[in-house]
Amino acid sequence: MSVTYLEAIREAQFEALRSDPNVFVYGQDIGQFGGAFKATKGLAREFPGRVLDAPISEDAMVGMAVGAAIEGARPIVEMQFADFSSVGFNQIVNQAATLYWRTNTPCPITIRLPSGGTAGSGPFHSQSMESIYAHYPGLVILTPATVEDAYWMLLDSVKLDDPVIFCEHKFLYYHLKAESFGERSLPIGKARIARPGRHATIVAYSAMVHEALRAADELQMEGYQIEVVDLRSVKPMDTDTILGSVARTGRLLVVGESFPWGGVTAEVIARVSTEAFHMLDAPPMRLNSKDTPIPYHPNLWKAHRPTVGSICDALRRLLRF
Amino acid sequence: MTPAVPITCTKADLTPEFRDQYLATYRQMQSSRVLEEKLGSLYRAGGRIVGGVYLGRGQEAFSAAVAMQLRRGQDVYAPLIRDQAGRMAFGEPITDALRTYLGAATGPMRGRDGNIHRGRPQEGELAMISHLGAMVSVVAGALFAKRLRGTMADAVGATSIGDGATSTGSFHEAINMAAVERLPLIISVANNQFAYSTSNDRQFACQDLMDRARGYGVAGWKVDATDLAACLKVARSAVAAARAGGGPQLIVGTLLRLGGHGEHDDASYIPDEVKFSKVGQDCLLVAEKLMIAEGWSTQEEINGWLKEARATVDQAVSLVSKEPIPDPYRESWQALSSSELVESWQL
Repeated sequence: MSVTYLEAIREAQFEALRSDPNVFVYGQDIGQFGGAFKATKGLAREFPGRVLDAPISEDAMVGMAVGAAIEGARPIVEMQFADFSSVGFNQIVNQAATLYWRTNTPCPITIRLPSGGTAGSGPFHSQSMESIYAHYPGLVILTPATVEDAYWMLLDSVKLDDPVIFCEHKFLYYHLKAESFGERSLPIGKARIARPGRHATIVAYSAMVHEALRAADELQMEGYQIEVVDLRSVKPMDTDTILGSVARTGRLLVVGESFPWGGVTAEVIARVSTEAFHMLDAPPMRLNSKDTPIPYHPNLWKAHRPTVGSICDALRRLLRF
Repeated sequence: MTPAVPITCTKADLTPEFRDQYLATYRQMQSSRVLEEKLGSLYRAGGRIVGGVYLGRGQEAFSAAVAMQLRRGQDVYAPLIRDQAGRMAFGEPITDALRTYLGAATGPMRGRDGNIHRGRPQEGELAMISHLGAMVSVVAGALFAKRLRGTMADAVGATSIGDGATSTGSFHEAINMAAVERLPLIISVANNQFAYSTSNDRQFACQDLMDRARGYGVAGWKVDATDLAACLKVARSAVAAARAGGGPQLIVGTLLRLGGHGEHDDASYIPDEVKFSKVGQDCLLVAEKLMIAEGWSTQEEINGWLKEARATVDQAVSLVSKEPIPDPYRESWQALSSSELVESWQL
């Protein structure tokens, strides 16, 4: 008996709907159809009137969620693909993210973003938006990398009194399996040491954690012990855990799937460079996707995003310095 | 398609009950005008008001007529830029306006936002963001949640926009969604002829904004928004229809913004032939004419109310002027309500 990352998303929503009548789910094709990825399969039948198809109107979907939250509901909005959240961008960053600061009114909404690339999806069904949203004050940005985190962090998101951008990785939906959802472990805002090591630190999040772990396996055969930090939450960012790891290893590589200009990987390096420059034995490195839209063909797509191969190359350069 | 004909009042509409609401609405309009004149003069005097001043001169009848139909505590109201009169009719205290304009730490916005960007969402008065059309779906969401949580009863939500906001994607998405969900949402469109400086002919190509109601499958109402009696008749009918389960109601009011977009704008782009046409008449004067003609009040009475309103505004200005302004050293500088998630490194 095993459960997938996608089942974790579905089961967390089931549990949120079951335990709190103020929770509802709103998104395109999520009702009877169960969602483009089946993340809400069967929920409309279990919870009549609380799992609803939305018109193709991302702006209105998010505005509607904000209004519902003001009135005491705890909405979950499913964007069909993270890419389409750009249409709801204004309501996310200007309405939801500012509401509490402006008016002292909490805004407990969870916006689920099926994120990241899968082969053959092309430029408009593959994007990772965490860096864009993390730039704005007033939002919590979560990037679960494991089945357990997908389940517990989604439940925690719904309970949180602030707007959460929940970046769930589409590549992990079916590929990632676990024995069970396990126990609630770390709270939101805490990073996890996914693998201990002493020669270098990789800071990664979401699907890149798994590429990083495979790279660490490969480098082990060359005699290196690589520590992998899974950020879990990119905002807030657990700077203490990152600094603690760099203090142990003295070398840092940050890996993210989103575009290279600015963003989460740059933020990690900025914090380590300003707070712990003296702990670094080598210039910190970062790996992101290439600075082009995301290509469609698998050959191009695999070369566009960081993979175990490019991470190993970067690690070897980092360790040789 | 033949253009919709504006709804007007007949003698039969002018019942004693209607008269009482008319006079109560007029007094809100008058108070609003007095407050806004004060805000304008504070702006011109300089030094007191931080940022711009955005007035609703000429739009008081349309704004207040809708808000007078709402019940604070049950209904939801999302006023926009030119809704000082509607805000007052919904029960917003004068001090909320002054504290927000003067940036007092005591006001609902605590110096974090200013002028017309104010509200008390937890009391059903939403605080607008500047992006036009963006509040429509928020009101719809509040109504949706009332229905979900079983607290709807016969509540309605109302929001205001202008001719310019009808061009936004937000407006289109939200009115369509509200129609799909059949929510009791009243959208008042004040067609004041100009969105900042852009005239109707550069804003939309349909013959009449009323055509949009048909396109979205919602009820439409058209009114001469300089005529308080007609505004009240339409607002009462539209709000009653929404309360009775009739779904979204689009009210299009025709009027002219009697001033610039803000007090910084001399509105020199508005041609004289528009200014001196019927659309440019002042709704306060039109309202007074009917009151006097019907024998509902006298010029002396109106002057007395004006004096009263000026005294109230002067008192409020003097109160708020003495209040503390925000202190950057005491500001929390936190945008999240979950304080455990605020990152320590940036403090």
